[in-house]
Amino acid sequence: MPAFYLRRHLARCLLFQFCEPETTERRRRWISQERDRVMHIAVCMKQVPDSGQIRVHPVTNTIMRQGVPTIINPYDLFALEEALRLRDKFGGEVTVLTMGPPMAEDSLRKTLTFGADRAVLLTDRFFAGSDTLATSFALAAALEKIAREFGEMPVIFTGKQTIDGDTAQVGPGIAKRLNLNQLTYVSRINELDTAAGTITVERRAEGGVQLLSTKMPVLITMLEGTNEIRRGSLADAYRAVSAKIVTWSAVDAGITDITKCGLRGSPTIVKKVFAPQAHAEKATMLPVEDGYDAAAALMNEIFKRQPALEADLMRFASGQ
Amino acid sequence: MSESSRASTRKELPEHFKAYKHVWVAIELEHGIVHPVSFELLGEGRKLADKRGAELAGVVLGGDAASVAEAAQSCFEYGADLVYTIIDPVLTHYRNEPYTKGLTDLVNTHKPEILLLGATNLGRDLAGSVATTLKTGLTADCTELAIDEEGSLAATRPTFGGSLLCTIMTLNFRPQMATVRPRVLVMPPHQEGRSGRIIARELGMSEDDIITKVITFIADRDSNKAQLTYADIVVAGGLGLRSVDNFQLVKTLAEVLGAEYGGSRPLVQKGWITTDRQIGQTGKTIRPKLYIAAGISGAIQHRVGVEGADMIIAINTDPKAQIFEFAHLGIVADAVEFLPKLTEAFRSYLSVNRLAG
Repeated sequence: MPAFYLRRHLARCLLFQFCEPETTERRRRWISQERDRVMHIAVCMKQVPDSGQIRVHPVTNTIMRQGVPTIINPYDLFALEEALRLRDKFGGEVTVLTMGPPMAEDSLRKTLTFGADRAVLLTDRFFAGSDTLATSFALAAALEKIAREFGEMPVIFTGKQTIDGDTAQVGPGIAKRLNLNQLTYVSRINELDTAAGTITVERRAEGGVQLLSTKMPVLITMLEGTNEIRRGSLADAYRAVSAKIVTWSAVDAGITDITKCGLRGSPTIVKKVFAPQAHAEKATMLPVEDGYDAAAALMNEIFKRQPALEADLMRFASGQ
Repeated sequence: MSESSRASTRKELPEHFKAYKHVWVAIELEHGIVHPVSFELLGEGRKLADKRGAELAGVVLGGDAASVAEAAQSCFEYGADLVYTIIDPVLTHYRNEPYTKGLTDLVNTHKPEILLLGATNLGRDLAGSVATTLKTGLTADCTELAIDEEGSLAATRPTFGGSLLCTIMTLNFRPQMATVRPRVLVMPPHQEGRSGRIIARELGMSEDDIITKVITFIADRDSNKAQLTYADIVVAGGLGLRSVDNFQLVKTLAEVLGAEYGGSRPLVQKGWITTDRQIGQTGKTIRPKLYIAAGISGAIQHRVGVEGADMIIAINTDPKAQIFEFAHLGIVADAVEFLPKLTEAFRSYLSVNRLAG
């Protein structure tokens, strides 16, 4: 960041510190007046290593974590944006929750710059090694605590999956534990009636779209490409710098049974980690020279190796 | 991810889980059609069941008797010994609540040792709910299933975007659950007329018990969306094409070959193609007879999605590109210049031979 922008940025941060309590107070007052109509929405987010930049050590077959940047799981940004849109429409607050190491605070702060109102970090060494079942246990406990402290959530969002685990199982796990109606792969929220407590969404199913209607509270996993995360206002950026991240340990989150957390609470165990085997044979390289028809040579080689394919193609060409 | 010395890394299966036997596959029946991944899972399930000396069962839930019976017959023909069925009008469309209850109740009653589901939108929606209800282990998106020397399911899956593989086990809980993506496993042979036993059960739920309602189902007008995964020939492009206009070259070749087209993840991020055409670890897994990769470097994330192809052709300017490590035939060339030549070669060959025929 050029020095000029940095100075301006810092100056505004200072300025904002004085404004911030008033803004929050105003929002709170407004919330208490409009309690019946506004919404408190939670978004579960995960800080993940940028998988595109992960390298495996060629000799030891271990992940080279050093220098790999962490990012907000990209799928979670669609969930966050949808939550912010609901808040903008109905009023209220968006609370972002993550479970992870203390450094996950960076990603939480980033969600505040997009406009989230509150960030909660669930961090404890007891959570280390959690599989999907243990993760949904811890997150469900924290979400219950968030509901007690900051208000009930008619809608809880997650991304459709993470890019490091790729399981897509934590969202449904949370829904089951909190007895929420589960709406996965949602591409659009068509209607939300806060008075009646009903919601209608479009859900990506196999071979088509389901139009589903259900009652809140719901857990929604948002499909990718359904919206675009906002840039966030300057005010939000300044607020994020100094905002307090609510940080809870397992005990803080009201978890009494530690045996359900982390490695001990995970029915699955990782038996072995290894690098994918290199292919025994490398590609046969076809020559590319002037005056030589490499394209025809490639086609002939394909047909030579896969005669059935040639017959298939001929049938296709004749059918046209 | 260090190997811990805690108790559960040893197999000490509690007594009440010892009655759990047999291998189950949850069959995806929707709108009268069984998803091919269900048959792929039956093929793999057959091997696991034989290794365990157990039976292989399909579980078919559906709204009408005719399509459930038809699906059950298909299960037998793809290797199932028996099929558990639940027929109830509330199961006409997939919904989480009744399907979770149906499958969970069957598991609690008949106690399978292994339960497999497809890693589809339906399977992933259902598997997480069922595993959480049963408080058992679930390994998602496996690429390989095996039985270890102690008789436990060893489920191998890619992690960190495919850079590493890990083998995951559920030693002391039952059933051991796993999901597998379409096209990762080989389609087993179809044995016409093979038969088996049907065990019919009731759901015990009425429409009034179910909160979520399906207002309507809109079938995809662009049916291609689903077809990329099962296409016989796939042509794909990567950043080596340099511009979205050049991506048309991929589409043109695909058209001549009657193929489907797709691309690597960066193209989705650039907005050149839609997500449903992304091939690789975070996109679709494909297993075509012929795969042509143009201007794709072949990062591990891409490789895990295509290495099931019978034949992989790579076109790339960089002779050191990773794609040449796992392709069968390679051409060091600029895809933008080479694709039109290849398209023309196929076009003229096919037109000449069609006329001759």
